[in-house]
Amino acid sequence: MQIEIILNGKKVSLDVKNNELLADTLRNYGVFSIRKGCDTTCCGLCTIWVEEKPVLSCAMLSVRADGKTITTMEGLQREAEEFAQVLVAEGSEQCGFCSPGFILTVLAMKRELKNPTQEEIVHYLTGNLCRCTGYLGQLRAIKKYLGVA
Amino acid sequence: MFIINEFIQPQTIEEAYNILVSRRNNAVIGGSAFLRMGSKKINTAVDLSKLGLDYIKDEDGYIEIGAYTTLREVETSPILVNSFSGVISNSVKNIIGIQFRNIVTVGASVFSKYGFSDLITALLALDTEIELYKAGRIPLDDFLKRPFEKDVLIRIFIKKNQRRASFQDLRNSVSDYPILNVAVSRLDNQWTIAVGARPRVAAIAIKASEALSEHLGPENLAYYADIAAEELTFGTNERGTAEYRQAMCKVLVKRALMEVLECK
Repeated sequence: MQIEIILNGKKVSLDVKNNELLADTLRNYGVFSIRKGCDTTCCGLCTIWVEEKPVLSCAMLSVRADGKTITTMEGLQREAEEFAQVLVAEGSEQCGFCSPGFILTVLAMKRELKNPTQEEIVHYLTGNLCRCTGYLGQLRAIKKYLGVA
Repeated sequence: MFIINEFIQPQTIEEAYNILVSRRNNAVIGGSAFLRMGSKKINTAVDLSKLGLDYIKDEDGYIEIGAYTTLREVETSPILVNSFSGVISNSVKNIIGIQFRNIVTVGASVFSKYGFSDLITALLALDTEIELYKAGRIPLDDFLKRPFEKDVLIRIFIKKNQRRASFQDLRNSVSDYPILNVAVSRLDNQWTIAVGARPRVAAIAIKASEALSEHLGPENLAYYADIAAEELTFGTNERGTAEYRQAMCKVLVKRALMEVLECK
């Protein structure tokens, strides 16, 4: 089936199978910031934005993306770099494998929540697992980036 | 790996139903989040996204939730956050992560009668009806007891009233599947206790609910929790044994009762 999406601001036409998942479609297209980390839809590594909302691309059928606006890390480079610098400054960049999904979720949170509390930040990020388990460093970096106590 | 031969986005509910029942292995795919974890062979996958069923509204004495509404929308909807002590929104907030809840739909969660569903338990403690294309509008409790029959869930109705409610769950970690969940509600002196993830689908503890509705003394909360745990059946799976669930049911029901009593 042929689908048309707006990928990081550009119109893209893709030929997809009915049972193909968006994470695979986008990786095959060359969007390598998308990682697959669990196979059980629970780790958040494959997070992308569909119509500005964070979703698991490993759980979404590609055919369902037809006509939608998709944003990945490649489309948010300036903001991602800004936050990544804070992550590095707080010593919480770690191995980096989960970073694209994690950063996209943080950027989505920045748009959705105003002055979030620590509890709200942690809740928003429960779907992003980090195998290095450096959550405290990440939390420090997020609070610094968002300018919240 | 699952297989989908054909993918269709019907323009009407009637069309969706007719496609669904035209072949045995045609299926409505809901949010499709669980598809990848199975090996279903679907001839025609029916997608409801073009039917305008993603909404939550407060109308004519009912809160109405469209079948294609996502769990994240349920979690953040001001209508649901401010109704029934926020029990519906609270029930979904620990389901995996926001990215997952932005995909999975209310219709799929309810129609599939998942035993681990948190949403069904919360809905069951309220005055909830569901509307199916073929079977019409029926109480949720009746639907859960019926054998599986192909149909299209269109929307959910929750009677708007002053019911106060509480949702309690037990998980190994936040965002994991529940080992057990409980929802309790109260409207004047009428109480409802629902227990889910037993691991079977949620059910109402009828005797305990009736006993509570007849007499309630705050000192006797453990007594009613015991009745609920005794009258319901529990099973064993990889998350917990039947005995453990039964023991924890008493704790969660008591906590929920205490919370409802404190609700203003």
